[in-house]
Amino acid sequence: MFYREAGQFRTSYAQDSQIFPLRQDRLAMIALLAVAFLLIPAVASDYWLRALLIPWLIFSLVAMGQNILTGYAGQLSLGSAGFMAVGAFACYNLMLRVDGMPFLVALVLSGLCAAAVGVAFGLPSLRIRGLYLAVATLAAQFFIVWALDKFGWFKNYDPSGVITAQPMEILGYEFASPQAKYLLVLAIVAGLALLAKNMARGATGRAWMAVRDMDVAAEVMGLPLMRTKLQAFAISSFYCGVGGALFAFAYLGTVEPSAFTIDLSFRILFMIIIGGVGTILGSFLGAGFILLLPILLSVVFHAVVGQAVDASVVSAVELIVFGSLIIIFLIVEPHGLARLWQVTKERLRLWPFPH
Amino acid sequence: MFEVRISRALRTLLAIGTVAAVAAVPSLAQAQAKEQYFGIPSYRVGPFAAGGTGFFGGIIDYLQYVNMKEGGVNGVQMVWAECETEYNAARGVECYQRLLTRGDQRMHIFEPLATPIAYGVLNRVDDDKVVLTQYGYGRSDAADGRVFPWVFSTMTSYWSQASAIMNWISTKEGGVANLKGKKVAHLHLDSAFGREPLPVLNRLAKDWGFELVSIPVASPGIEQSAQWLRIRQERPDWVISWGFGAGMNSTSITSAARINFPREKMVGVWWAGSEEDVMPAGDAAKGYFAAANVPNGKQFPLVQDIEKVVYGGGKGNLSDPKRIGTIYWNRGVTAGIFWVEAVRNGQRIANKRGQTLNGDEMRAGFEALNLTPARLKELGIEGMLPSFKLSCSDHEGAGVIKMIQWDGAKWVSVTPDWVSSDRKMIREMVEESAAKYAVEQKITPKKC
Amino acid sequence: MGGFQFFLEVLIGGLLSGVMYSLVALGFVLIYKASGVFNFAQGAMVFFAAVTFVGIMELGLPFWAALLVTIGVMVLLGMATERFVLRPLVNQHEITLLMATIGLTFVIEGVAQLVWGVGVRRLDLGIKDVPLPWLADNTGIFISQLDIFAAAVAGFLVATLALLFAKTDTGRALRAVADDHAAALSIGIPLKRIWALVWAIAGIVALVAGMLWGARSGVQFALVFVALKALPVLIIGGFTSVPGVIVAGLIVGASEKLAEVYIGPSVGGGIESWFPYVLAILFLLIRPEGLFGEKIIRRV
Repeated sequence: MFYREAGQFRTSYAQDSQIFPLRQDRLAMIALLAVAFLLIPAVASDYWLRALLIPWLIFSLVAMGQNILTGYAGQLSLGSAGFMAVGAFACYNLMLRVDGMPFLVALVLSGLCAAAVGVAFGLPSLRIRGLYLAVATLAAQFFIVWALDKFGWFKNYDPSGVITAQPMEILGYEFASPQAKYLLVLAIVAGLALLAKNMARGATGRAWMAVRDMDVAAEVMGLPLMRTKLQAFAISSFYCGVGGALFAFAYLGTVEPSAFTIDLSFRILFMIIIGGVGTILGSFLGAGFILLLPILLSVVFHAVVGQAVDASVVSAVELIVFGSLIIIFLIVEPHGLARLWQVTKERLRLWPFPH
Repeated sequence: MFEVRISRALRTLLAIGTVAAVAAVPSLAQAQAKEQYFGIPSYRVGPFAAGGTGFFGGIIDYLQYVNMKEGGVNGVQMVWAECETEYNAARGVECYQRLLTRGDQRMHIFEPLATPIAYGVLNRVDDDKVVLTQYGYGRSDAADGRVFPWVFSTMTSYWSQASAIMNWISTKEGGVANLKGKKVAHLHLDSAFGREPLPVLNRLAKDWGFELVSIPVASPGIEQSAQWLRIRQERPDWVISWGFGAGMNSTSITSAARINFPREKMVGVWWAGSEEDVMPAGDAAKGYFAAANVPNGKQFPLVQDIEKVVYGGGKGNLSDPKRIGTIYWNRGVTAGIFWVEAVRNGQRIANKRGQTLNGDEMRAGFEALNLTPARLKELGIEGMLPSFKLSCSDHEGAGVIKMIQWDGAKWVSVTPDWVSSDRKMIREMVEESAAKYAVEQKITPKKC
Repeated sequence: MGGFQFFLEVLIGGLLSGVMYSLVALGFVLIYKASGVFNFAQGAMVFFAAVTFVGIMELGLPFWAALLVTIGVMVLLGMATERFVLRPLVNQHEITLLMATIGLTFVIEGVAQLVWGVGVRRLDLGIKDVPLPWLADNTGIFISQLDIFAAAVAGFLVATLALLFAKTDTGRALRAVADDHAAALSIGIPLKRIWALVWAIAGIVALVAGMLWGARSGVQFALVFVALKALPVLIIGGFTSVPGVIVAGLIVGASEKLAEVYIGPSVGGGIESWFPYVLAILFLLIRPEGLFGEKIIRRV
């Protein structure tokens, strides 16, 4: 009833190639952005901003990077935490060693550093594929963390082996309060999400999807296979690197190389699988699922059970419920939460009619 | 059919979401002027849960004890809430934020027993007015209270541990002079934690003339044959085992047995010196030494009283009461003692006997920690903790350890007194490192 | 001791470590070979099997009875997995199935810690983890008795399973199912039973691996991380080859130890974390499906 497109005519090519062709979608997006930029910083508590929203946005960004590589280009990779680490440490070192380096420039440069490393470790993808490539990218993960850990120069020879991120300053304004950090991260993530969406819709995305679906045919058609694959690695690592820098600067504040564990890489992969492989929305939904759902379960259990049950039991039950929810969601919708959303929208278009 | 599945799923989700949203709003606890609230970021699942359940159980048992035995501190009941961190930085930060407030109560002491989590909240504790304690781990230079006013590395940091262990080794060798020309291997987890004591060990190696061999073990360390073959080749006189997790630590011991390296020449850091760490190694662990911040045992009057009052009253936190008196639990009890003493001191200093303390008052109370021998006797923990006091500039305090040895079934103290570190040298290093940190972070050190 | 003697010791120690890795990798290969799923939960199964075994012994049962009961539990786990995780997701994309096994991992870890607690337990197999005395006395080379026993067990398992797959009817059915679920169904192979069987066997392999690793490192949560050690073995050997698992395990174990001992000190040590993976990449560049993996034929 509400979600009808009757009466909406597109009269120009520009109109036809919008991300949101339906007016309802556009209005919903504007409303969402308004809530995100205006309402939330005004009403959300410190807890929501610092512990939930900022990490969710950061991980959505990294998941987007992973989605570009694995979802769109079909290169199964498990090195995302390693690239995050590169981004974080590159940003720290740039801000430390270059006097007067603006934060945004450092952010972009650290993304480029991560991209360079990504291309280097992406070279095996020209020969290896599938599950074998995934395990090969683990080499990137372990080697990067080992190198950052081993060579003290990266950490400025800190005796504790950690880096403490500098304050983020843009044009003299320091982003210190949770609201400021949130808005900065939101702006960066929204901008990069838009960029990713457009890349995915355009020729770049089509090239990636061709490589994913049938790379031999794509090569036969004239697609430069090596360039496309390495480009996917580069852009994906750029996103992961920027995400990693934000992880260190806007979220934790202090990181050591071994914070970027193999477990983190796996979690990022889980995020895109449960969110929906090959979608931008899926990155956000998946990050929310993997990151926020365990916290939700913990809060619910504590509220319901309180101190009546042994805390160890509660913690173990949280794990069981989380795992079961993953399986249940996959049975309901094997293609992930984004597809679930898509199906819902389809039904909404017919609502209140069944078909 | 498909649609039914989806709508059912969506409806369930909506229900869960509503419940959660309501629950996530911090519950409005009645404003109790007579309660001091603590947030406990525990880890009860995952690879380190064996120690976590002991440590956090010990804290909770002591808080419970104070409530039951004395009705709280001057009538103020100790209350707490737990949050599962799974020893994970992101979860730890979220727990920190969640535990920070409960209704209109605020948390003022945060002890995560986890280096990544401690680092994750290091930048916020100043603004949030939360005392961050790093009980025997974390940044060694946080002992300098002028640069880290809200961070307390009570009571023996990693640097002090390393120095104390070397002091003990030198006594076993018959004097520092006898160490000249000998070889000490530092077997450690290849991480910041593992490398932390290297500045101290390198300096001592230079000063005392022994050779230090650094042997890192890649995480998770459940397979160490390469490292121990290197030890076989190097033939060190002593091996300092700086490992973490029962998997790595028991593997170190069984690997030593496989190359017939005498366990009596192995000394573990406190993370490698609990019952959980050596028990899986069975007979191989006999003779293995470890440095303990707090020795084990049920001979301390307080431990016996807690067992009687708290466990006798059915309010014990450990699911297995046999763990009373083990290393992690005893340590947890002493952590609880620090907290309660801080409350006691804080109430006295701020002239707020019988009232809830705020952040600054709690900090002042913690800084005023003064465990005299008389006070130790009063508390019933003579021999369980050394006598020490904190000050504005010294947030570490003791810098001592007790050396314990595994006899096959339990830990036995082999040093009747506390083994000290080289306080002067450690303090020098701490101040140097803290000053460098202050310059880098543009912090003005406090005047003490 | 002599340079060559030491080298021999490192080499043999590495080979034997490698066999321990193969034992874990075997579980992965079985499941991948028969159902095309990369079973992320294998590490959790190793932990669960070991902790169940030790827990049941603690309850009072003797060694062999506890072993039988634990095998029964693992068979039940296999059947439950097939019924609740695999059957509803039949014919889905392999990445969906991978994610499902990840959910399974959380469930198994949670159940293990819920039922058996989080304590650390000792596992005594009756074989001491000390050097073989006659070898040590005569040649000065230290090889652990437990390692030799583990190698024998692993060899036996691999031989049995290889025979199972190659010679028996069930083995043929398993290979058919791995090739194409739908085709296998259409010719009457009972898919459900085959899957339950495979997961049960993988569970038993996990139990054996868990017992041997647990005897060395104690039965506790860190056992789930042994799965990480198996990954390079899988790449080099190929995901679908049972004999390949042993060969690859030997290669990974030996090269890892030799690298750590001889190359490690000059770069600061700890290279064991990434060396096997880099080695695997080098192997894959020559043979992209692993040494013994099935060549994937892609049609355009």
